[in-house]
Amino acid sequence: MKKIIVMVKQVPDTANVTGDSMKEDGTVNRAALPAIFNPEDLNALEMALEIKSLTGAEVTVITMGPPKAVDILKYSLYMGADKVYLISDRKFAGSDTLATSYVLSEAVKYLGKFDLYLAGRQAIDGDTAQVGPQVAEKLGLNIISYVQNLVEIRDDMIVVEKDSDVQTEVISARTPLLVTVTSDANDPRYPNSFNMLKYFRSDLQTDISDENKNRYEKNGWVIPVLTFDDLGLDPDKCGLNGSPTKVHKIKSIVLKGGDLTLFENNEGGVMGLVKEIVKDYSGEN
Amino acid sequence: MKIAIFIEKNPVTGKLRDVTAELSAKASALVEPFGGEVVGMFAGDELPVNSDDLFSSGLNRLIAFSEKRLMDSHTIAIKNIIEKMILSEDPDIVLFGATSLGREIAPLISSSLKAGLTADCTHLYIDDFKDKGKILYQVRPAFGGNILATIISPDSRPVMSTVREGVMKVPESMNKNEIRSEDFEMTLQDNWFMNDFLKILPKEKKVHFNKSDIIVAGGAGVGTKENFKLLSDLADMLGAELGGSRAAVDSGYIDKSRQIGQTGAVVRPKLYIAFGISGSIQHRAGMDESSKIIAVNSDPKAPIFDISHFGIVEDMKTVIPVMMRYLKEDLNG
Ligand SMILES: Cc1cc2nc3c(=O)[nH]c(=O)nc-3n(C[C@H](O)[C@H](O)[C@H](O)COP(=O)(O)OP(=O)(O)OC[C@H]3O[C@@H](n4cnc5c(N)ncnc54)[C@H](O)[C@@H]3O)c2cc1C
Ligand SMILES: Nc1ncnc2c1ncn2[C@@H]1O[C@H](COP(=O)(O)O)[C@@H](O)[C@H]1O
Repeated sequence: MKKIIVMVKQVPDTANVTGDSMKEDGTVNRAALPAIFNPEDLNALEMALEIKSLTGAEVTVITMGPPKAVDILKYSLYMGADKVYLISDRKFAGSDTLATSYVLSEAVKYLGKFDLYLAGRQAIDGDTAQVGPQVAEKLGLNIISYVQNLVEIRDDMIVVEKDSDVQTEVISARTPLLVTVTSDANDPRYPNSFNMLKYFRSDLQTDISDENKNRYEKNGWVIPVLTFDDLGLDPDKCGLNGSPTKVHKIKSIVLKGGDLTLFENNEGGVMGLVKEIVKDYSGEN
Repeated sequence: MKIAIFIEKNPVTGKLRDVTAELSAKASALVEPFGGEVVGMFAGDELPVNSDDLFSSGLNRLIAFSEKRLMDSHTIAIKNIIEKMILSEDPDIVLFGATSLGREIAPLISSSLKAGLTADCTHLYIDDFKDKGKILYQVRPAFGGNILATIISPDSRPVMSTVREGVMKVPESMNKNEIRSEDFEMTLQDNWFMNDFLKILPKEKKVHFNKSDIIVAGGAGVGTKENFKLLSDLADMLGAELGGSRAAVDSGYIDKSRQIGQTGAVVRPKLYIAFGISGSIQHRAGMDESSKIIAVNSDPKAPIFDISHFGIVEDMKTVIPVMMRYLKEDLNG
C-alpha cells in the first residue's frame, strides 16, 4: 500500500441549526451556520492515517469547494496528511452529486494512480452517500461502502467489515478500490501539535503574495488549487449544466403542534394519560 | 408510464425486504392514473421465497436473473445486471430501497447512465412541469432534517430515487395482479466478482417498528439503564415496541437498531409515547407522523410538547409506576 487518497468535504454544521439559521423564505442561511469537517470524512482520513502508520503510505487529501474549505485541508495536514489540494472554480457552483463526482474523479486522475481511495459514507448536509460510489464508477474501481472496521491491510489487499443493514460482511478485496467509511470505524485523532506548528501558516496558492512565494514554497506551506482549466474539464458535466437533479422547492419544517392537552402532574393526570393509551391498545401481544 | 423497482432479498430470512413491497405499492399508486406498469428487477442467487406476494402489492411483472454465484452481494455484478435490465426496459422512473445495498447500487448506475438520483425520499408524486409533461417530484429531508427539499430531474431518463424503509405505506387491501415472472438472459463476467466474502456475521434482529401499533420510546432523560428497564416493562405490558433517541443509544440504554429519527428508523405508529426525550429536529424527523403522540418530560419547555397531543410535565420515574398500576386495572377489568 503506497498511495492513498481521501475525499473530504466542508459542510454546514446541521446538528446545531437554530431559528437564526433559517431565512424567512424557509431556506437555510448557510452564512449563519459554522462550517465543519464532515464527520465521517474524519473517519475516512483517520483510516488512511492508520494505514500510513502501518505501511508508510503517502496520504493525499482533496476537497472540492470554495476557498473557505482551506480550513479542512489545513486540519488534514495537522492530523498527518502528506499532501492536500483544493479543487475550486466558480464553474463548479450548483453541482449535484453527479457533477461533483465528475469533477472529483477528474481531479483524482490528474493527481495520478492510488492504491486506496477513501471517502466518508455520507456528508451531513445532504446525507446522500452517493458521491463515493459515483467516483468509483467513473474511475472504474471496485467499491466497498459502509465500512465499519479495517481488519487487515496488506501490500495489494485489504480486509474490511461492511455494515450491510441486516448482517455484517467481512470482505477481502484487492487494491485498487474505493472504500466509504462510517463513523463506527474509528475515533479520529486530534491534530498533532508538531504538525500545527509546521503548517499553521500554510495557505492557498492563490492567496499567497509574490513576495512571500519563495518562503512559502521552501517551507511547504503552499496548498495547490486546481481549477476547471487546470483539469481540462467538460463544461457540460460541471455545475448546474452537469446536474440532472434540481431543487424545485424548499420548505423549513414547521411544527404541527398546537393541540396539546397537558394533564396535571398528579395521580389523576396519569390516569388521564392511561385512558388515552388504552384507546390505542389493541390487546394482541 | 413505466416504473421499475429494485427487488431486494433479506439474506438472513430469504424473504423480501419490507421496503420492496412498499416501493411496489407506491409505484403502483403513481402509475395508476396514467396507465402503465410496475416492473420488479431482481438479481441474486434465487428469488425471495415470498416474491409472489409482490403481485398483491402492485407489481405487474417481475424480471429476474438468478445464479448461485450471486449468493453474496457482489456489488459490481448486481450493478451490471440491474443496469442492463434498466436499459432493456427503458422505464421512466427507477426506485430503490435506501438500504445499504440500494444506496450502493443506485449511485453506481446513476453515474454510468448519467441519470439524476435523489436519495432517501420520504414522499413521491407526479405532476406537470413546464413543457416536460408529467414528471416525478421527490421530497426528502435535508440539512439534518431541518428542511424538506423537493427535487426534480426534468431532463433525466430514467429518474432515479432511493426511498427509506418504513416511509411508504402498503395499503391493507390491494388488487391481486396476475403473477408474471420472466428470466432475464445475460452472461456474467468473472471480473465482476471482485470481493471475497470471508465471513458473514449475524446482527441483532431487525426491529419491526412498522408492525406495532404502539411505540414506547426513551431518551437521555431516562437517566440510567435501570430506569430504561421500566420502559421495557411498560412496553411489554402494552405489546409495544421499544425505541429510543440517539442520546439514549449513545448512553448505552438501548441498541442502535432501535434508534428512531433521521439517522434511525422512521416510524408512524398509532401511538408514540416519549419519556425523557427533548424532541430534537432529528428525532422528530423519525416520529412526528405518529397518529397520536404522548410525552412525559420534566421540562415544560421541551420541544417534544410542540408536536404532542397529550403530555405530563413530570419526572418519568414518578409517572411510570403509577401508569403501570392504572394500566393493569384498565387492561384487566
Ligand atoms: C446528523 C445527526 C443525526 C441525528 N439523528 C438522530 C436520530 O436519528 N434520532 C435521534 O433521536 N437523534 C438524532 N440526533 C441527535 C439529536 O440532535 C439529539 O441530540 C437527540 O435526539 C437528543 O436526544 P434526547 O431527546 O434523548 O436527549 P436530550 O436532548 O438531552 O433530552 C433529554 C430530555 O429529557 C428530559 N428529562 C430529563 N430528566 C427527566 C426525567 N427524570 N423525567 C422526564 N424527563 C426528563 C429533559 O427535560 C430533556 O428534555 C442526530 C444528530 C445529528 C447531528
Ligand atoms: N465536494 C466534495 N469534495 C470532496 N469530497 C466530497 C465532496 N462531496 C462529497 N464528497 C465525498 O463523498 C462522500 C459522500 O458525500 P455525499 O454523497 O454528499 O453524502 C463524503 O463523505 C466525501 O467523502
